[in-house]
Amino acid sequence: MGRKANRLSPFNITALALGMAFLYLPIVILVIYSFNDSRLVTVWGGWSLRWYREFFNDRAMLDAAWMSLRVAAVSATIATLLGTLAAVGLVRGERFRGRSLLSGMLYAPLVMPEVISGLSLLLLFVALNAERGFWTVTIAHTTLTMCFVTVVVQSRLASLDRSLEEAAMDLGCDPVQAFLRVTLPLIIPAIAAGWMLAFTLSLDDVVIASFTTGPGSATLPIRIYSEVRLGVKPEINAICTMVIALIAVIIVIASLVSKLSSSEAKSAAPL
Amino acid sequence: MSARRIFAQPARYAAIAPYLWMVLFFLVPFGFVLKISLSQTAIAQPPYVPLFDFSEGWAAIKAAFAQLSLDNFKLLVSDSLYISSYLRSLVVAVTSTLILLLIGYPIAYGMARLPQRWQAIAMMLVIVPFWTSFLIRIYAWINILQHDGLLNKVLLALHLVSTPVVWLSTDTAMYIGIVYSYLPFMILPLYATLARMESSLLEAASDLGASPLRSFWLVTFPLSLPGVGAGALLCFIPIVGEFVIPDLLAGSSSMMIGQTLWLEFFTNKDWPVAAAAAVALLVLLVPPLLLYDRLQRRTLGGAN
Repeated sequence: MGRKANRLSPFNITALALGMAFLYLPIVILVIYSFNDSRLVTVWGGWSLRWYREFFNDRAMLDAAWMSLRVAAVSATIATLLGTLAAVGLVRGERFRGRSLLSGMLYAPLVMPEVISGLSLLLLFVALNAERGFWTVTIAHTTLTMCFVTVVVQSRLASLDRSLEEAAMDLGCDPVQAFLRVTLPLIIPAIAAGWMLAFTLSLDDVVIASFTTGPGSATLPIRIYSEVRLGVKPEINAICTMVIALIAVIIVIASLVSKLSSSEAKSAAPL
Repeated sequence: MSARRIFAQPARYAAIAPYLWMVLFFLVPFGFVLKISLSQTAIAQPPYVPLFDFSEGWAAIKAAFAQLSLDNFKLLVSDSLYISSYLRSLVVAVTSTLILLLIGYPIAYGMARLPQRWQAIAMMLVIVPFWTSFLIRIYAWINILQHDGLLNKVLLALHLVSTPVVWLSTDTAMYIGIVYSYLPFMILPLYATLARMESSLLEAASDLGASPLRSFWLVTFPLSLPGVGAGALLCFIPIVGEFVIPDLLAGSSSMMIGQTLWLEFFTNKDWPVAAAAAVALLVLLVPPLLLYDRLQRRTLGGAN
């Protein structure tokens, strides 16, 4: 039987196991060492929450974390709005003049080295004489993350059955109503996933933020980066673990949302 | 007029806002990079001589064009610092892409052969690190690779080495960091093409007497080439301009172009040269970007 050709070989299993270990072990080690009581990062001194307390007493670090959370929340929201609109235009707008320029501008930042995006935005802000700080970083992050939102929403929208919208319009909806009542509820999970992806990407960025922020408004990654350059500190382990925990919560919510929506879609299908 | 047509018009209006945003914050800034790369360095705030001021009218613009200078680009091609950082960027990107392909392919191949239910879980497991902070993942490796870090402890305990090995500030550490960070970008496109592959083709090959290795080389690998191309470009392009990983993990003896740009900008405050480096980096990336775009279009076209 041909089945044989498709069976997992020991080689396949080894590759998978080693690959997953490679991807996850460093993070697991980091998390474990964040609970280490010892001041020396490499000596195990027993379990403790000491470095978490240290973080909550570190004014500069807390300010940076608060700045990052605000930038991430605001930029993810604007990016989700713009990215969704762009996806609707690209998928449902058929052919129009300038369509390939739009899709090019939305795809390029996905792979563009961050040093280029950061430098070019900074030069724009300087030319506009904009005061650098919260808003310039937020605009920069919006520009980058809306491209990711577009990709996520676009793929969902493209897989959607158009006849649903057409039926709604045959039944007397105008296009905007058809979109709001039929299309939007169906793509909400993708929009939510896009928002969360944008949020985590913004929370992660160090290069673009370094270029576009001003004095006195460092984001958390900028602070972490400057500390890391000086060497490993147990407090950084604790901060990183908290960021990982936050992102884990986001991932769980994202996967629950998509699971919920797919089961809804299944139950709706027979109707 | 069909409902589809009626829907297209407002959908196009929806694209206006993101269109304007991207023109203003993506396209126009490149104009500024180009402009400043052609201007002179100055000890001022901002540190360059403004080329022209639109308020002074056409005559001023014409005068400014006469002043355009290619000095910054001449500096880039004459100074060995820049040339060597370009070459290093290319060498590092090519080498890392090859390593990524060698490591990523077996993993993607294993994923594609898992039972359907497990494939979704494996894919989730590959995507999750992409969500976790990039900086944190590099930091995790600094923990492991430092002088009395876990890796040296394990190697010493196993008596593989007698004295701790210096890992940090070496190219090895940098390659580990790059491979670790970009592995999901390599695995996912590879997995996408491998999972779509008809298993009947392999069955046919084995029915015709091909050994598993032979049928892999003659059937599976050639058919997975679009995925190989997409994965390789998806890694190669950003790695060329990588800054954080070489800065934190590699030694300071030789720099990649992203580091040179950073140094000129933040340390030397030479904005025109930094802008010229950005233009040169961009020129370097245009061919792979176009290639990637063509590959994407073909894959999307095939899917429709």
